Amino acid sequence: MKNITGLMKLAAMMLLTLSWSCGNQGDANKSKGVMNSSSAAEKVYVAPGEHDEFYAMISGGFSGQLSVYGLPSGRLLKVIPVFSQDAEKSYGYNEETKPMLNTSFGFVPWDDAHHPELSQTDGTPDGRWVFINGNNTPRVARIDLSTFETTEILEIPNSGGNHSSPFTTENTEYIVAGTRFSVPFPQEDVPIDSYKENFKGSLSYIKADVPGEMDIAFQILVPGYDYDLAHSGKGKSHGWTFFTTYNTEKSHTLKEVNASQNDKDFIAAVNWKKAEEYIAQGKFKEMPTRYVHNYYDESTHMATSTKKDKVKVLIPEECPGLIYYLPTPKSPHGVDVDPTGEYIVGNGKLSADLTVHSFDKMLKAIENKAFEGEVDGIPILKFEDVMVGTVSSGGLGPLHTEFDGKGNAYTTFFISSEVVKWKVGTWEVLDRAPCYYSVGHLMIPGGDSKNPWGKYLVAMNKITKDRYLPTGPEMNHSAQLYDISGDKMELILDFPTIGEPHYAQGIAADKVKPRSKKIYALEENNHPHVVKKEKDVKVIREGNVVRVYMTSIRSHFAPDNIEGIQVGDQVYFHLTNLEQDWDTPHGLSIMGAQNAELLVMPGQTETMLWEPKEPGVYPFYCTDFCSALHQEMQGYVRVSKKGSDVPLKWSIGE
Amino acid sequence: MKSLPRILMTSAILFVASLFVFPMWKITLEAPQYPDGLAMYIWIDKITGSTDYTLQNINILNHYVGMKKIEPESIPELQYFPYIIMGIIGLGLIALFANNSKVYLLWVVIVVVLATLGLYDFYLWEYDYGHNLEATAPIKLPGVTYQPPLFGTKWLLNFKATSLPSTGGVLFGISILLGGTAWWIRRKK
Repeated sequence: MKNITGLMKLAAMMLLTLSWSCGNQGDANKSKGVMNSSSAAEKVYVAPGEHDEFYAMISGGFSGQLSVYGLPSGRLLKVIPVFSQDAEKSYGYNEETKPMLNTSFGFVPWDDAHHPELSQTDGTPDGRWVFINGNNTPRVARIDLSTFETTEILEIPNSGGNHSSPFTTENTEYIVAGTRFSVPFPQEDVPIDSYKENFKGSLSYIKADVPGEMDIAFQILVPGYDYDLAHSGKGKSHGWTFFTTYNTEKSHTLKEVNASQNDKDFIAAVNWKKAEEYIAQGKFKEMPTRYVHNYYDESTHMATSTKKDKVKVLIPEECPGLIYYLPTPKSPHGVDVDPTGEYIVGNGKLSADLTVHSFDKMLKAIENKAFEGEVDGIPILKFEDVMVGTVSSGGLGPLHTEFDGKGNAYTTFFISSEVVKWKVGTWEVLDRAPCYYSVGHLMIPGGDSKNPWGKYLVAMNKITKDRYLPTGPEMNHSAQLYDISGDKMELILDFPTIGEPHYAQGIAADKVKPRSKKIYALEENNHPHVVKKEKDVKVIREGNVVRVYMTSIRSHFAPDNIEGIQVGDQVYFHLTNLEQDWDTPHGLSIMGAQNAELLVMPGQTETMLWEPKEPGVYPFYCTDFCSALHQEMQGYVRVSKKGSDVPLKWSIGE
Repeated sequence: MKSLPRILMTSAILFVASLFVFPMWKITLEAPQYPDGLAMYIWIDKITGSTDYTLQNINILNHYVGMKKIEPESIPELQYFPYIIMGIIGLGLIALFANNSKVYLLWVVIVVVLATLGLYDFYLWEYDYGHNLEATAPIKLPGVTYQPPLFGTKWLLNFKATSLPSTGGVLFGISILLGGTAWWIRRKK
């Protein structure tokens, strides 16, 4: 009966849509999705100089970065380099941050950044950090929200694509990582068609609550499926994590067909508290592997890389009660847990419907040991024993669900390009809104936590086409902002995003704003090559390594004349910005340098390596318009031929 | 109310002593690109800013027009001011002990003279900072000087400079009134 009502509503909606497009062709706004332009404008208007109500941390996808927006204005506040070199900020170019991009493969200057996840305390975003995963060369990163800088990156071993990550537990005890591509575990040279025998998956738990100490607490060896997305339980389900799988067919080729044959795949439910018990009992295998941990220390303003060579692995066959499979229809993509922790929503991406499992029913089914089978020691629960409801959406291609904290859920449908609002518990569809076009993820600030701020919803779309002024074949992806405070979702803003956003996180601005730093205290700068006073600047030669201990303050460098450099030297410019004033960075660039500028914040030290190739006199200058005398902020380096007797000399104002 | 003059004089002494706890004077600089403002506090023995770095930032701004650096350690007044204040307190205690109208008056006169000298000294420093400019200053505007106001508000290029007594200065001023009142009441008796 509900289905019929739903269908009737859908038919009515379609008629309504038709009647708009027929009757209101002159009204451009309505055909673009906005019902009332002036009321929408009022809702997103943040007056000049005023601040937004929410921060939105939007992943950059293939840009490898994380962008920070204000909501509801859609203002771009910052782009934070995470997994990709960024010449603008010298990230991955200066000597201090190069180690951030080290992996067991060496320096990897790019990644595909997918899912931002805010740290939580008691299931609620707390504004300390945001984590994000790199999918390609499996990694997770921590961004400190007092500086909005990437401070830590951990590589994930035994993984072939870190997609179901980072998704925190309730108190940021762990963030997780599940392999999207199963691979030989450990890696070895085997035929690809031996997939079924040799390929395995891994689910990793990463200690995340102490900056600088991020590490793999343990990995769980799982069957060679594709582990797609995850969410940890909350409230009553705290202690569990749910991972979606597809390719339970274990195919290794033409996966678009071969991985889509099973009517149901699984949601893997991991009892990580149990895992902790097994680890404490020593029931793990210590396996040799290689991965790298990089940490940027704010006190030394430098990153260091540490190589790790082993990891603790739990084998489900040897650890009963560790993990269960919940059959879930049609290659589920997102898995989302409602604010109470009771409902686990499987977004079956190749179907029209959503499947909702009950945590209580799952516990009961486990207690009754009513399993319908087992894979590699992992019991499979019966679908009807765990399933509690189906949302017959009328849409197609559900991907992700978030919650508003008022008993409603919102699901994106990629194929039918819409967001559908439904009621948790009754599963009835309440409203639907079109997206422009083909929405992937959605975000409600706090919408995957215990306490959502259910006021706005951001839809992140995969296709842009005609939404903005055209910019040639390549254009930015579009995001759309909906007001969800009323019964009906209302589209109020379109804004372009950077790269390809996969997921975002939102948080009330007042949880982050008070922690944001204005400067780095110079007296707390422990960089090994810092100079804290202009009179202490110097140039030192050690063989063919020359170190320039340089300072900048409005509006000069010290020293600004340097002689005695020779072709073949490795010249390190250690530039300390002596400023202690808010928003007074100084840059440094030097002609012919084969990396990027430095952009040094007040109180910070950064280092540029310059290897001059030809004798001559080369200018350097400040790249950030720092002051009225910015154009004068420049200097010269004289380079002589190798072995020249020009003495090493430095000066300012002589 | 026989004891009133003594109560007033005791309060006057305490208010003078407050200069060891509160700054005397405050100069604020306001410009659009300094939304937090720049405030400089002059104490009897030091100069501080609204943040640890305010003085450095004011000095950076001042150097463009060739003003001297404000370096508290090179201002001799900050060395001997505390002794003068202690002297005023000492004299106040004597007056309190004597409880004599003439001694009260003497104290008030001495304090007024010292305060006037102090303000004049402050004016001279301000004049020197504002007029004695580096000949090689990057920004030179013919005929323009940068002397901050002694009392009140004045525009210095893009900055609105306001100079007013701070808590300690206000309490010090009140102490003169209290001393004067003590003299007035004692005189009638």
